[in-house]
Amino acid sequence: MWKFERPLWSRVGAASLVLALGLAGCGSGNGGSGGAAPSGSASADNVTGTVTVLAAASLTEVFNSLGKTFEGAHPGVKVTFSYGGSSTLAQQIVNGAPADVFAAASPATMKTVTDAGLAAGTPSVFVRNQLVIAVPPDNPKHIAVLADLTKPGVKVALCAEAVPCGAAAKTALSAAGVSLTPVTLEQDVKAALSKVELGEVDAALVYRTDAKSDSGKVTGVEFPESAKAINDYPIAALKNAPNATGAAAFVAFIKSAPAQTALSRAGFQSP
Amino acid sequence: MRRIPPVLLLPAVLGLVFLVLPLVGLLVRTPWSDLAGRLSEPGVVTALRLSLETATLATALCVVLGVPLAWLLARVAFPGRRLVRALVTVPLVLPPVVGGVALLLVFGRRGLVGSWWGIQLPFTTAGVVVAEAFVALPFLVVAVEGALLAADLRYEEAAVTLGASRWTVFSRITLPLVAPGVAAGAVLSWARALGEFGATITFAGNFPGRTQTMPLAVYLALETDSDAAIVLSLVLLAVSVAVLAGLRGRWVAAA
Repeated sequence: MWKFERPLWSRVGAASLVLALGLAGCGSGNGGSGGAAPSGSASADNVTGTVTVLAAASLTEVFNSLGKTFEGAHPGVKVTFSYGGSSTLAQQIVNGAPADVFAAASPATMKTVTDAGLAAGTPSVFVRNQLVIAVPPDNPKHIAVLADLTKPGVKVALCAEAVPCGAAAKTALSAAGVSLTPVTLEQDVKAALSKVELGEVDAALVYRTDAKSDSGKVTGVEFPESAKAINDYPIAALKNAPNATGAAAFVAFIKSAPAQTALSRAGFQSP
Repeated sequence: MRRIPPVLLLPAVLGLVFLVLPLVGLLVRTPWSDLAGRLSEPGVVTALRLSLETATLATALCVVLGVPLAWLLARVAFPGRRLVRALVTVPLVLPPVVGGVALLLVFGRRGLVGSWWGIQLPFTTAGVVVAEAFVALPFLVVAVEGALLAADLRYEEAAVTLGASRWTVFSRITLPLVAPGVAAGAVLSWARALGEFGATITFAGNFPGRTQTMPLAVYLALETDSDAAIVLSLVLLAVSVAVLAGLRGRWVAAA
């Protein structure tokens, strides 16, 4: 097998480069093939091709199902999603990611995009969301209020402050006068939630909708201070959208009554 | 001098440009004017120290475990050796994030080992070392095994005929003989550990001063303050180039 001679470790060097490239490749989102012509029939409203939507991680489940609905209403149209921390996605858009729509979990992350002049029109808030304490279903540490998170032996995951759920957590904690040292600052809300699911932490501050979408594996404990840290979710079509018609149609669809019903069923509040 | 065929020269130059250009980009965008101020920020110093400490500890762990493993693979004919050899290289090709998930399932609170022994590795600095050692160990094993296979067996055979035990042969003959290979493997492991991202963020989480190494700090800084991310990247680049250049001159060239 490995009977190569001296230059062996230079080959290992090559292997490390391959690994490094592979690593660099992940997390960069999808490349979106915006203007690809559909093979099916075009629908009446001229929406064709692929609509690429970058959306906050907390929208994962509901947007996946809304995407199906949108595709059903526009035969031949395909919606592709890239979910992540809103700040990551905003950065990807600023760096030229070919996307049509951006749905963020906070006005601050949307502002990164509008400040760069990359939004088409003014973003509009389509839902609101607030935090709960996600705990394992049996709540072994008996977490009932925010202050319980500071009890000795309770491991807590929060989102990093750059991410909307982290900013909201900071606001809620300071509103409650609770000073908390988490064990980890995760890069998006789903990563924080998965740490609870895996049993690696005892609690995490996540959105009510995340706890709800994951019911069975986690339970959401409501706390009063979350009312002081309600996140507005803005959505905008992007200026450099490869599929501008599709972008406008998708944004209009998200603001329509049927989509709003689905969003409120998922636990989001109306703006 | 004979002419270099363009069909070889052109891709070679392109390859070089491809490798060097991103580094140039980093240097061009570096905020040189307030570099000193940014470098002395406590966050940068903390992340850098954590990175250097964990990468060095992980390398030490790799040497302690990896050299005997490489020796076993190169010198002892045991059934299933080919399979073991293949298993050793799995982390080399495994996406690091997958490695992190796997580590979590074994050493996590509810993991196979973690739940028996009650050890708590996730979210600790020790967890960072474990994650880094996991991805770096194959580099050391492959390098040392290569050196062992290339080494002249006659010295060891001579020692055996003179009555030396296997341990004496290993420690007095084999190890000095492959020392450059061990050094090369250690440098590679160290470099790999220093750059580790996926397994670390998955297994050890991200908390400044405890588990936030330089690559994690770069990734998160990019979302809020791209200048900070560039400065952090520059520091990481400078440190790795300095160490690799220093060690290469002294050790690796001899390999």
